[in-house]
Amino acid sequence: MILGVSIYEILTLTSILFFIGVYGFITRTNLISMLISVELILNSSVVNFVVINKYLFPEVLQGVFFAVFIIAVAAAETALAIAIIINLYRLISSVEVKDTEVMKY
Amino acid sequence: MNLESFLLMRSEIGLLAIILFLLIFELFSNQKQKAAVIPLALFLLAINTLIGFLPLTEGELFGGMFKTNALLVLFKTTLSFGVLILLLQSADWLKEKIVAENKATEFIILLLSSLLGAFYMISAGDFLMFYIGLELTTLPVAALVAYETYKRKSAEAGIKYILSSALASGTSIFGISLLYATTGTLFFDAFAEVITISNLSILGFILFFSGLAFKISLAPFHFWTADVYEGAPINVASYLSVISKGAAVVILMIVLFTAFKTLMPIWEKIIYIVAIATMFVGNLFALRQQNLKRFLAYSSIAQAGFILLGLLSADQLGSATVVYFVAVYIFSNLGAFGVVQAISSASNKENIDDYEGLYRTNPYLSLLMMLALFSLAGIPPLAGFFGKFFLYAAAASKGYYVLVFIGVVNATISLYYYLLVVRAMFLRKNPDAIPYFKSKIYMKLGLLIAAAGILILGLYSPFYEYIFSISNSF
Repeated sequence: MILGVSIYEILTLTSILFFIGVYGFITRTNLISMLISVELILNSSVVNFVVINKYLFPEVLQGVFFAVFIIAVAAAETALAIAIIINLYRLISSVEVKDTEVMKY
Repeated sequence: MNLESFLLMRSEIGLLAIILFLLIFELFSNQKQKAAVIPLALFLLAINTLIGFLPLTEGELFGGMFKTNALLVLFKTTLSFGVLILLLQSADWLKEKIVAENKATEFIILLLSSLLGAFYMISAGDFLMFYIGLELTTLPVAALVAYETYKRKSAEAGIKYILSSALASGTSIFGISLLYATTGTLFFDAFAEVITISNLSILGFILFFSGLAFKISLAPFHFWTADVYEGAPINVASYLSVISKGAAVVILMIVLFTAFKTLMPIWEKIIYIVAIATMFVGNLFALRQQNLKRFLAYSSIAQAGFILLGLLSADQLGSATVVYFVAVYIFSNLGAFGVVQAISSASNKENIDDYEGLYRTNPYLSLLMMLALFSLAGIPPLAGFFGKFFLYAAAASKGYYVLVFIGVVNATISLYYYLLVVRAMFLRKNPDAIPYFKSKIYMKLGLLIAAAGILILGLYSPFYEYIFSISNSF
C-alpha cells in the first residue's frame, strides 16, 4: 500500500496504459513497436493484479502469483515474436507492416 | 494427497514423458538415425492415446486448479487421436522436407507441447491454469506456423499469428484482472458463487471472452485465420483448425457453464449476436475463395459459428452436443486437410481449379474429399448431419427458433461452396488434370482412419449416447 494513493488512481493509470497499448497496436506501422504496445497491455494487467491483490484482498496472494506467471509468459512470447521478426527481416529486409501483405482478403 | 492421485494427470504425464524422451533421442542420435524419430513418436503417441481409453475416476489436484472427469478424459483422448492422425498425414512431408534440414524432432516436440497445453487448458479449474494452458497451446503453434523459414509466406503468417494472439491474450488477462477485482478469487467454483451482474464484471467478461473468441476465430476476431492458414504448412493449418480450436471451444463451454453461470443473461446475448455474425462472415467469404487452404479456413470459421448454437442451451444437452460436434468436426476436417496435403505434396497444387477432373485420375482421394466435405456440410447419413442436427435441437430446446432458422439458411449457403469443390472434382473434364499418384503408407493410414471416423461417428449411435450419459458431470 502506498500512503496517500488510493486504488482509483492506480486503476485509472493502468486503464490508460492498457488503452495506450491498444491504440499503439492499431496505429503503429513497425512490427517492433507493435510488440512493445502488446507489452504495455500485458504490463498494465500485471500492475492491475498486484494492486487489486494488495488493496482489496490482501489475505490470499493469488493475484501476485498470477502477475509473476504473466511476466514469465510475456518474456517467452516476446522472445518468440522477435525470433519470427528476425527471420522475416532476413527474407524481406524490412520490419514494416506494409511489407507483410502478400496474403490479403 | 498421495502419489497415486497424480495418476489423474496420466495423459499429461505420458505426453510430457514422450516429449522428454524425444529430446534425449535427438541429443544422442546420429544423422542416419534422425528419420527414425517419426515412427518412434507415432508409436509412443499411439500408446498414450490407448491408455486414455482406460477408465478413470473423477478428481482434482493442486487444491482444485486441475480437474478431471469422464467427459474431459474422453475429449482428451479424441484430441490425442486427432494429433495421431495429423502426424500420420504429415509423416511423409516430414521425411522428405524437414528431416533433411535436421528439424523433424523439434517439429514433433512443438506439436506435442501444444497438445499438452490444450490438455491443461481444458482441465483448468482456475484462471491461472487456464492462462498458462492457453499460452502453452498458442506459442508452440506460432513457432510451427513460421516453420518453413525459407518461405516468405510462412514468416508472414507467423508474425501475424504471434502478434494478434499476444494482443488477444493480453486483452483476456486484463479482463481476468477486472473479474478478479469484482470477486477476489480465481477459482472457477468459488468465483461462480460470488460473482454478480455489475458493470465491471460485464466489462471484464467481454474482454475475457474476446481473448478466447480469437482462439476459436469467431466473427469480429477472425481476421488472422485465412492469412495464417494460407501461409502455414498444411498440417499446421490443420492443427490450428482442429485441435487448438476444439480445445478452446470446450474450455469456453466449461467456463460459461460453471464460472459465468450467473452472467448467463449477458453472455446469451453476446453468443447470439456473435453466432449469427460468425456464420454469415465465414460462409460469405468462403464463396469467393480460390485457394483451398483459405477456403477451408473460412469454412472452419463458419463451423465455429454453428458450435455456438450448442452453447446457448447451458445444460447436459448443450455440453453433449458441443463435444460430439467437435469430435465429428475433428475427423471431417482432418479428412479434408489430409487430401489437400496429399495432393499438395504430390503436385504442389492448392487451387480449386487444379482439382478439375480429379475423379478420373485419383478416384479414392476424390471420394474421401467428397465424404469430408459432405460431412462438414451436414448431409445424412454422415456424422456431420447428426452433429448439426443435435446443435439445432439444443438451441431449439431453449426457444431460439430464429437462430435455428438462420443456422439452416447458413447450412444451405455452405452446401453451395462445398459442392463447388465436388463439382470441380467429379463433373468437370480437364485434359491436364493432376496425374495419378500413389500415397505412401502413413498417409494412406491417416486418411483411412479419418474416413472411418466420419462414417462410424455418424452411423454408430451409442457413441453419442455415451457422451450424453457422461456429460452431466459439471
